[in-house]
Amino acid sequence: MAEVVLTGVSKSFGADIALDDVSITIPDGSFVVLLGPTGAGKTTTLRMVSGLDKPDIGSVSIGGRDCSGLTPAQRDVAMVFQQYSLYPHLTVRQNLEFPLKSPILRTPQIEIDRKVGEVAEVLQISHKLDNKATALSGGEMQRVSIGRALVRDPSVYLMDEPLSSLDAKLRSDLRIELKSIQADSGATLLYVTHDQIEAMTMATHVGVLDNGKLVQFGSPRDIYENPVSVYAASRLGQPRINELPADVFGGAPNAASHIGLRPEQILQGEGEESFVQRVEHLGDQTRLHLTFKAHDLITVTDAHTTLKEGDIVRIRPDKPFYFDASGARLA
Amino acid sequence: MAQIRIENVRKDFGSFNAVKSSTFTIEDGEFFMLLGPSGCGKTTTLRMMAGLELPTSGEIYIDGEEVGMKPASQRDIAFVFQMFALYPHMNVGKNISYPLLSQGMPKAQVKKKVGEIAEILGITDILRKPVGGLSGGDRQRVALGRAIVRDPKAFFMDEPLGALDAEFREHMSEELRALHDRMGATTVYVTHDQLEAMQMGDKIVVMNHGVVEQFGVPQDIYDWPATKFVAQFIGSPPMNFLDFNGMVGIGGKEVHLSDSTMAIPPSLEGANGTLTFGVRPEHVKLDDNSDYRGKVKATEYLGTTQIITLDTPNGVLKARVASSDSVKVGETTGLRFDPRTITLFDGKNGKALRSEANQGVLVNG
Repeated sequence: MAEVVLTGVSKSFGADIALDDVSITIPDGSFVVLLGPTGAGKTTTLRMVSGLDKPDIGSVSIGGRDCSGLTPAQRDVAMVFQQYSLYPHLTVRQNLEFPLKSPILRTPQIEIDRKVGEVAEVLQISHKLDNKATALSGGEMQRVSIGRALVRDPSVYLMDEPLSSLDAKLRSDLRIELKSIQADSGATLLYVTHDQIEAMTMATHVGVLDNGKLVQFGSPRDIYENPVSVYAASRLGQPRINELPADVFGGAPNAASHIGLRPEQILQGEGEESFVQRVEHLGDQTRLHLTFKAHDLITVTDAHTTLKEGDIVRIRPDKPFYFDASGARLA
Repeated sequence: MAQIRIENVRKDFGSFNAVKSSTFTIEDGEFFMLLGPSGCGKTTTLRMMAGLELPTSGEIYIDGEEVGMKPASQRDIAFVFQMFALYPHMNVGKNISYPLLSQGMPKAQVKKKVGEIAEILGITDILRKPVGGLSGGDRQRVALGRAIVRDPKAFFMDEPLGALDAEFREHMSEELRALHDRMGATTVYVTHDQLEAMQMGDKIVVMNHGVVEQFGVPQDIYDWPATKFVAQFIGSPPMNFLDFNGMVGIGGKEVHLSDSTMAIPPSLEGANGTLTFGVRPEHVKLDDNSDYRGKVKATEYLGTTQIITLDTPNGVLKARVASSDSVKVGETTGLRFDPRTITLFDGKNGKALRSEANQGVLVNG
């Protein structure tokens, strides 16, 4: 396994700037998740590392070796895409064995069998090993394509939304499995998603991308509890952080233009009055849609709250975030 | 606006039974969710209400009138599909006014009506634009506008947000719900997304394999599922199932889970054999004083809370605890379950045993 370093990488497609001077160090053995909405530059970053695209400026190195001019195969990376691509004429087992049967690797058959069996078990497809790849459901095919990466031992795994086509139950199982495979094997994994649950639960480090720029890099807890900007703050947390004019509660620092309040930063039962617009019972928690001085905000309360639409509830900020006019966090 | 009543409705496609004898009532002005996995019969049920499919047997009442065999055009309902179809050669205003013009409404009146609807949907400024260049959200608003403009008795929506990405879906679902609150129209909404159903619905019907598993208000269904299927389908992570062999008598207040005694709400049914102890993740507490132990397999950080996955003597269990609790993979911890929240299920048929806690909910179901 290897450390991956991007230094000053920029990439444009025609007039569109996809990546703008991105530098990241992906430590050896880390699970790095790139998070951002469509068009933020997540997939482009991944393609820079894989060698499927080349930077206009800047460089990529894997394990200390500069990658410019190296093909994807020479970089020794294993990729999983959102859209599975399997050999349709082969069985699941043959698909999984394929990367190990490469003439360069010369893996002994007994080792291949062990590895394939292990991976199939983890991905819950052991019972389908002898099926034709085309006789699988979409979710099963996606698991086989993840499996085909996992049987290998590359310098880095690159995954682009590999779980997005799976159903909720399987997604939550595989989140845990992927994380534990990575932690146990010490593999370096670079993972792209727009799903904040995946980012929070699996990552050792999250890279937040905004319009081709890396705006924050740190542990999920770091980004949740200590965001550098309102943009970074709104990437993590459900319901999303509330953003209001800084002076609605009073006591804001001079430079502040906005106050940011996560649900847990809103104390209920003290402070000023707000109006309950809507109560949403989600089961384990209840969301309150409040109107405060003509601003909308959403917070969370006890699952069995007696509050209902039309009630008044007092609220007060508790250790809020303040942001300046550009959205940057004020200390 | 209207009440909709479904009585013993069944639908067969050849030898395939898509919907088995469904019965439930949608009250006037409700936002009503048909929830279930793909193939459960929810879309077929909606299509029967709309008149796009005819029931094999049973009755459908809209506003007290039996409409089961009436064509869609005579039911005065509006349907919004997942793939909203707009007329590509018409601008936004024309798309919305089309249903009214085809009904023969005078032009001046149509113009006024379209103006009102555009106001409600916040699309007044794009009325003259061609639909071709619109964003996904605006296209969706136009499709809604075309449904709303006729003032139908009810709106039927089949996964109308299914094609949108997560962030935008959340925004649109709030918008849809706010629109419903302003108009008060009976709305029936099909989804496979349990969170969407909990978030938007006044009531939910949960379906599986053509059968209505449960019917009621979201919080009741979440707290007191009628079947194991419902308990698993609703909630993220879903309810934990700890399987055990044992018994509970009528009036029983505890069960024995591998040598530990667990308090439960007083049971109103006796059962013996394979049982399942159901507990939601947020009702599991880590407590070293408990003799029921689990080994931590994984922790997942979620901001204010974290999900702990544990191996217990009765299977895998997930707990939702504060993220400030320090929990390490590999360690063993005691577990305590909030006795007021427990549901026992019959291991054979998967049905919840009636208790003093859930009987009020289950009698409606």
